[in-house]
Amino acid sequence: MAEFTFWIVVGITLGSAFMVVQSKNLVYSAYALLFSFIGVTGLYVFLWADFIAVVQVVVYVGGILILIIFGIMLTNKITSVNISHASVQKKVGAVAVLGMAFLLGYMVISTPWVTLANVEPAETTAAIGRLLMMDYLLPFEVASLLLLGALIGATTLSRKED
Amino acid sequence: MITGNIITDFSLLILFLPLVAFTVNIFFGKRLPRQGDWVSIGAILITLILSLSMLLNMFMNWDPDFSHEAKFIWMDLGAFKIELGFWVDNITIVMLVVVSLISSMTHIFSLEYMKGDIRYSRYYAYLGLFTFSMNGIVLANNLISLYIFWELVGVSSYLLIAHWFEKPSAAAAGKKAFLTNRVGDIGFFIGIMLMFTAIGSFNIQEVFTGVSQGLIGGSLLTLAGVGLFMGAVGKSSQFPLHIWLPDAMEGPTPVSALMHAATMVAAGVYLTVRLFPLFSPDALLVIAYVGGFTALFAASIAITQNDIKKVLAYSTVSQLGYMILAVGVGNYIAAFFHLLTHAMFKACLFYGSGSVIHAMHHSLHELDDHDTDPQDMRNMGGFKSKMPITYLTMTIATLAISGVPFFSGFLSKDAILAGSLGFAQHYPQHFLLPVFGFGAAAITAFYMFRLIFMTFHGEAKMPKVFKGIHESPRVMTFPLMLLSGLSIFIFYTLPYLNPLSDHGWFTELIRAGDSVVPGNPTAHEIGEGVHHAHYTAMALSLLVAGLGIGLSYLMYLKKKLSAEVWANKMGLLYKLSYNKYYFDENYDRFLYQPLLKLSRAVAYVDWDLYDKYFINGFGRVTKWLSFLTGRIDYDGLDQSIVDGIGRATQGFGKQLKQVQTGRLQNYMLFALVGVIIILVIQTI
Amino acid sequence: MDSLTNYLFVSVVLFALGLYGVITRRNGVAVLMGVELILNSANINFLAFARFGGMNMAGHVFALFVIVLAAAEAAVALAIIINIFNNFHTINVDDVSELKQ
Repeated sequence: MAEFTFWIVVGITLGSAFMVVQSKNLVYSAYALLFSFIGVTGLYVFLWADFIAVVQVVVYVGGILILIIFGIMLTNKITSVNISHASVQKKVGAVAVLGMAFLLGYMVISTPWVTLANVEPAETTAAIGRLLMMDYLLPFEVASLLLLGALIGATTLSRKED
Repeated sequence: MITGNIITDFSLLILFLPLVAFTVNIFFGKRLPRQGDWVSIGAILITLILSLSMLLNMFMNWDPDFSHEAKFIWMDLGAFKIELGFWVDNITIVMLVVVSLISSMTHIFSLEYMKGDIRYSRYYAYLGLFTFSMNGIVLANNLISLYIFWELVGVSSYLLIAHWFEKPSAAAAGKKAFLTNRVGDIGFFIGIMLMFTAIGSFNIQEVFTGVSQGLIGGSLLTLAGVGLFMGAVGKSSQFPLHIWLPDAMEGPTPVSALMHAATMVAAGVYLTVRLFPLFSPDALLVIAYVGGFTALFAASIAITQNDIKKVLAYSTVSQLGYMILAVGVGNYIAAFFHLLTHAMFKACLFYGSGSVIHAMHHSLHELDDHDTDPQDMRNMGGFKSKMPITYLTMTIATLAISGVPFFSGFLSKDAILAGSLGFAQHYPQHFLLPVFGFGAAAITAFYMFRLIFMTFHGEAKMPKVFKGIHESPRVMTFPLMLLSGLSIFIFYTLPYLNPLSDHGWFTELIRAGDSVVPGNPTAHEIGEGVHHAHYTAMALSLLVAGLGIGLSYLMYLKKKLSAEVWANKMGLLYKLSYNKYYFDENYDRFLYQPLLKLSRAVAYVDWDLYDKYFINGFGRVTKWLSFLTGRIDYDGLDQSIVDGIGRATQGFGKQLKQVQTGRLQNYMLFALVGVIIILVIQTI
Repeated sequence: MDSLTNYLFVSVVLFALGLYGVITRRNGVAVLMGVELILNSANINFLAFARFGGMNMAGHVFALFVIVLAAAEAAVALAIIINIFNNFHTINVDDVSELKQ
């Protein structure tokens, strides 16, 4: 059952991702991206990452995706919707990307992975919070600064000159 | 008392003051007031004062062995050094006085004689250059600087003889003097180099030491000595290089007095005197015979000459031969003594002749007569009354040169004749040497009085000209009076007053040094020989002088004996003498013309054959090769390889430029491809 | 489902798809989407190593940081895109070729 569910989730993720890069309509791409994100969230759940899964839903689906859709809306005139978008260098890109994928897959196969028999944790939130506040305090603070900078920068950039 | 350092300073000043005058006059002379003659005269008078103070110091020291050397290293070439410096001893000091005195007199005399000359300041500049070079010879302590100044003297002689270079004869005479001197100088240089090769030093005293140690000897020493003597032969105008001096009379008369009578031609004698200790017996014999022969030979030419300056010129050659003869027989102090006295009376005679020529010239100028030769004695006569001072002073000098007692020439000539007689007594096979000497003495007395009688006595040959003759102004008569005064015996015998003996300050202060060549007679032995021969020589010389003067008196004043008759009687000899033994003609026929022919032949081979075919052929081949190389280089290499690289780069760049699309995604694709390539390489 | 390589393969494919989107899409927003896919594939890797390897909770923390960075990146990127649109009146990245010499 779980196995079956896993492959369903994988299918949703990759299929939606394919739609994202393939669809001619930008709005369709955005919606496919939504499903891809949700699929990835499922994979996180399979990987015992409950907190990250929640964050994924909140940030990506609730934040970034909305942001992207806003971006689409702001940069295309709604009235004369021409949201379709062409692709360039498809064949060369496909070959290069396939080569890359092949190489990475070869790497995955040929590497003798050491797998540890980890026990499923009860919950991860407390451990993450402890790590953030102790071992990774500095990166945490830097990240908060970065977010602040991004906020200011984004506002400055998108503001109309007047 | 002057100490060594001050002597050095004085010497430096004496040497370089005339050079300063030369520099100033040659560059700024024309812009200075009075064309800068006062610069030269000031410099030479200071030089004279310095020289006289050195002479005074010599008297106060009264040290016959005084010697002072100052030197510095000029070139340090590691293996050997070349030094420059001064070697001042009593001979040097006396010679300095002679040079600066005669030079001063010439400067003063020229004030009037050269007045209005077109190259007045240049004339004074050259006089300064000459005085500088002559003092350099006198002061030199090594052969190389001696040689340098030797050549400088030659140059200034050339410049001054050819002073009136508009006259072709003057230009030719300058050239002749220079080139003839060069012949001697080659031998001089060979001699210097032989000495240097054997001894390793140019310093004269080190050379003496080297010779006494036997570093050089036998025929090589003789060869080196003869080589050095060749320099003297050229400069002192000895047979067979005597031909230039009579021609050098083309120069201004004061120059003739300074250079071609008193100082420059005496440089050769000074050289042999200075280097006497290193001449080997064979070399000295060569010197003695050359000198003795020249003395007689030149005197015999002087008899028949009619040009007043030519007579004096041959007389100078003859007197220089005397000095050389004295060096050759070992009595070199007598040679130097004669140099000193001869400088005074011969300069006086030249100034006198200058005075006469000056007067003639002015008189002819007023008559607008430009054809009559102002130097020809046949146009003169009876000037005694018109030019009393010139007459008197010239007569005194003539008495001196003829060897009449109470005059300086008697003392020095007597010493020379005694030396040659003593030598012949010791080596009877060389009896010819005193014969040369006494013969020349008789002839000298004869032709000198002939000059006086023809010029100043008798009736005027050209009455019109005679009318315009005036005594020369004071600046010209002053040197005459001074120098004729210095021809009196007393200046050379002080503090003694015996007119018949040369015993005096000169013999006390200037003593003969021993020869450094092993086996040569010592100065004492030579002195003994001279002493033994002294009275015989004196009697003989008085006899021959009286004979010469008497003959001249009878022939030219009393006309008891007709010169023409005698000339016809001795037809061949007269003709030979009158034409100077055809030396110039024979040199021309047997030396110059063959040489010129040879030169032309060589030039033909060199230019028409070698240059045209060989050298030019090389040129053509090289040109052709260059053309070919140029073609290969430019059309081949440059066009294909060099330009090819450029074109390839350009084309490649053009191609590559298209990669720079400006599209971000292209770049990313390239990056991706790059990553893939790197991964593939890694994996393989 | 309990194999590390399964997750890694999923991650590889997701990465490849994201890369393809980044390289081929002309629209700036779509390029951004490709970038998000690549980031997600990286996150899958982090969490897979945390699950099967010795990375443990550090992997979670890194994933969290990646999400934070993605949010910031998205915000800035969209601001840039809007700016470009204001200046060029297009957001097709290949039209914006000022880098071309």
